[in-house]
Amino acid sequence: MNTSLILLILAIIGIAGYVAGARYAMALVGGISSKLHSRPGYYGSFVAVWAILPAVVILFVWLVASPMFISSSVRGAFPEEVKTQSQAEQGLSYGMITSIARGMNALTGDEIARIENNPVELRAALGAKGVPLAGDPQPFMVKAAAELNRMTFVSRILMTILVLGASIGGALFAYRQIAPRFRARNRVEKVILGSLVVASSIAILTTVGIVASMLTEAAHFFTAIPAWEFFFGTVWDPRFAAAGSGGSEGQFGLIPLLLGTLYIGFVAMLFAVPIGLFSAIYMSEYASPKVRSVAKPLLEVLAGIPTIVYGFFALTTVGPFLRDISSQLNGLVTGDYANFIQAQSVLTAGFVMGIMLIPYVSSLSDDIITAVPRALRDGSLGLGATRSETIKKVVLPAALPGIVGALLMTASRAVGETMIVVLAAGVAARLQINPFEPMTTVTVKIVNQLTGDLEFTSPQTLVAFALGITLFAITLCLNIYALYIVRKYREQYE
Amino acid sequence: MTDVVSPAAGIPKAKSVRRDIGIKRRYAAERRFRAYGIAALSFGIIFLMLLLWSVVSKGYTAFQQTMITMPVEFSQQIIDPQNERATNPQKLMTANYPVVARNALAKLLNVSVDDRVAARAVSQMLSDGVRVQLRDLVVANPAIIGTTQTVRLLASGDIDSAYKGQIDLNVGQENRKINDQQLGWMTQLSDSGALAKHFNSGIFVNGASSRPEAAGVGVALIGSFYMMLIVLVLALPIGVAASIYLEEFAPKNKFTDLIEVNINNLAAVPSIVYGLLGLAVFVNFMGLPRSASFVGGLVLTLMTLPTIIIATRAALKAVPPSIRAAALGLGASKMQTIFHHVLPLAMPGILTGTIIGLAHALGETAPLLLIGMVAFVANYPTTPLDPSTALPVQIYMWANEAERAFVERTSGAIIILLLFLILMNVGAILLRRRFERRW
Repeated sequence: MNTSLILLILAIIGIAGYVAGARYAMALVGGISSKLHSRPGYYGSFVAVWAILPAVVILFVWLVASPMFISSSVRGAFPEEVKTQSQAEQGLSYGMITSIARGMNALTGDEIARIENNPVELRAALGAKGVPLAGDPQPFMVKAAAELNRMTFVSRILMTILVLGASIGGALFAYRQIAPRFRARNRVEKVILGSLVVASSIAILTTVGIVASMLTEAAHFFTAIPAWEFFFGTVWDPRFAAAGSGGSEGQFGLIPLLLGTLYIGFVAMLFAVPIGLFSAIYMSEYASPKVRSVAKPLLEVLAGIPTIVYGFFALTTVGPFLRDISSQLNGLVTGDYANFIQAQSVLTAGFVMGIMLIPYVSSLSDDIITAVPRALRDGSLGLGATRSETIKKVVLPAALPGIVGALLMTASRAVGETMIVVLAAGVAARLQINPFEPMTTVTVKIVNQLTGDLEFTSPQTLVAFALGITLFAITLCLNIYALYIVRKYREQYE
Repeated sequence: MTDVVSPAAGIPKAKSVRRDIGIKRRYAAERRFRAYGIAALSFGIIFLMLLLWSVVSKGYTAFQQTMITMPVEFSQQIIDPQNERATNPQKLMTANYPVVARNALAKLLNVSVDDRVAARAVSQMLSDGVRVQLRDLVVANPAIIGTTQTVRLLASGDIDSAYKGQIDLNVGQENRKINDQQLGWMTQLSDSGALAKHFNSGIFVNGASSRPEAAGVGVALIGSFYMMLIVLVLALPIGVAASIYLEEFAPKNKFTDLIEVNINNLAAVPSIVYGLLGLAVFVNFMGLPRSASFVGGLVLTLMTLPTIIIATRAALKAVPPSIRAAALGLGASKMQTIFHHVLPLAMPGILTGTIIGLAHALGETAPLLLIGMVAFVANYPTTPLDPSTALPVQIYMWANEAERAFVERTSGAIIILLLFLILMNVGAILLRRRFERRW
């Protein structure tokens, strides 16, 4: 019986339990619901919860655990000479066994009987059924596949019996507890509260998942490449690794990528901070409500545009434009029409990223500037200062901590930005300071290393996780510090 | 009294009533400062316009496609010379349809197909996609073999670009992809009305193709739709449940503090990190298939959750305490108060936040690249577990294509994506306007 059918049956039992529970509760008090502790629906829900929840938990655990158990017991039954092979080769053998097992389900009984004595025929027979095999199967594999099929079959039957049993048993158990004074509502509400707690801990689980998954993969990477070579290496040259070979050693130096990231982020902030900040000041201090109501949503549209669109804009419009204008300038000055700005460059990526960041800077600082108390402004204006003097000497200093926090948050966005730099910054990892030349970033390299065929054993792939954890650590520090500043600043004026 | 004044008599009479406080300079500074603000604001808005204009001006032509309408003779000689289609159904799938199309066009242009060079030039005017177009026609109705039907066929990408005026025709013919002879034919066909631009429904329904004229975002739209569905089904209930707990039930302690800091941080984690998480946990550890929209949906769910939680908490906070007090006073339990009274009142705010979160998820590209959605998928996915692409990933893949005609496709796809985003955001704004209550 397949899983969705089991789930359907569970749902039916649940609904039946709900109806039966509610009716039974009403029948107990002769139809006068005020004699019940809870409303009849709660008695029904109580039965439904008992019918569904334990059964679903069992189903889930079984679905996760049984393939692991079966796989380990099949692997345990491998012949000795196979067990001495490397993990990767054993994995390949096991993969083949699962395909054979899948193919054998499509064969008829006498076909299997014929093949069991002659494994070489198996490949052709399975191929005819649309199950291609990577190599010629060995005799032990056929046996193991048959064993695998048998165990899967038994496991399925056991699971079905257990899950349906738990469901019916749970429903009966709950049904028998129903009595007029039974506190059904409190029980049901406890279950609801429990599920609310579970839902809110998913946020924690996500963080734990991020950290744990990246740390384990990065730890694999650091067994192959020493950590200091990664963190302090100045050459990025990962080479290509053929599957299984692991021969050629690449160089995985983080420094060029990190510098590229920071450089592009810096250029982006160079554009975004003044423009964003001045827009925020103008909108919060000068603009009439009418201008504000038009300009603010327009700027926010910039924040809503997906970054891939910015990347495309950089690739097809800004990059070529900068390249052409640099060649024109060069031609006017020196007579040599060679472009000195590359189409993919730090400047292109930084500039477009800067445009993307404008709305972040402006809306964050707008909030902070508006939060500066009116009294400070009135005091300064009353003493005869002009508006701009009030802003420069009073409002901005008061808002400074908050603005710094906002800028840090923006910086963390710049560091983690991917699509713009993938399309506009270039892929060559170089250590240089010319903003007109391409550089590359941590995020670009994560994408480069993980698109295409991967193998979870080579350092070429695993390095992406080391890069990821670095990126995560940088943005986490920036964000926590920024949150701390902003919180502290808020307390000041509350 | 005069004694008191007398010391002042020593001071020379002030020349002017006002001291010079540099008022002119200060007002100039004021005007300058104000001008900076206006300049900054207009800079941002100008670039928004520039960006939209650059996309639209490059992309609007993608919604029209050059097609050639002509009588095509479905010759038995070419499609099925041995008359074996009754016994061998594969025959109709693999027949030489491009020759059928080429012969038809050559006949229209009065070119002899025996002239190999000319015949080649003729066949280059038609898209490779005509094979599929004609095949589908014949397979659907084998009776048309031996007859002549008027069929509308895709012109090749180069003809399409030339006809839309996107190829610089002043360049020598050896330096462009379409030669003078083909250009002449194009004008001839255009004058006779056979070659014309038609509304391009292909861009909405076709899957991936290496030929720009036959490529569309159909598969990507389905993939994105599945992902949005998964995000909605998972993120909305989980996010609402989490916010209810944090806002209404959670005691103030270390654990809930940890959750809060966590959620705030998760909202700022770079999206690519979620892609790494999805790759390591869902694909590598749990063994879910790569390139599947199901995995993409899960990753985007985790990414969208913080947004939804933050919006929901704000919406719950905005419901005045008097509502809760009234419900509790009438004997409702805390759970009943929240689910029967507070939640319905907060619903518009929650839905607005959800739509904005979904719009964000729809445009997200980076995490999807890592879980392998950069795939050449020509067939529609039937379930969320089938390989598929997503709209922004399709844009990324087309942006990396070298051919000129793909720039137009990419911009067209971006317009489609932006239209969806605008639709969602307008929906959110309308929802807020319609149902928002001020307490």
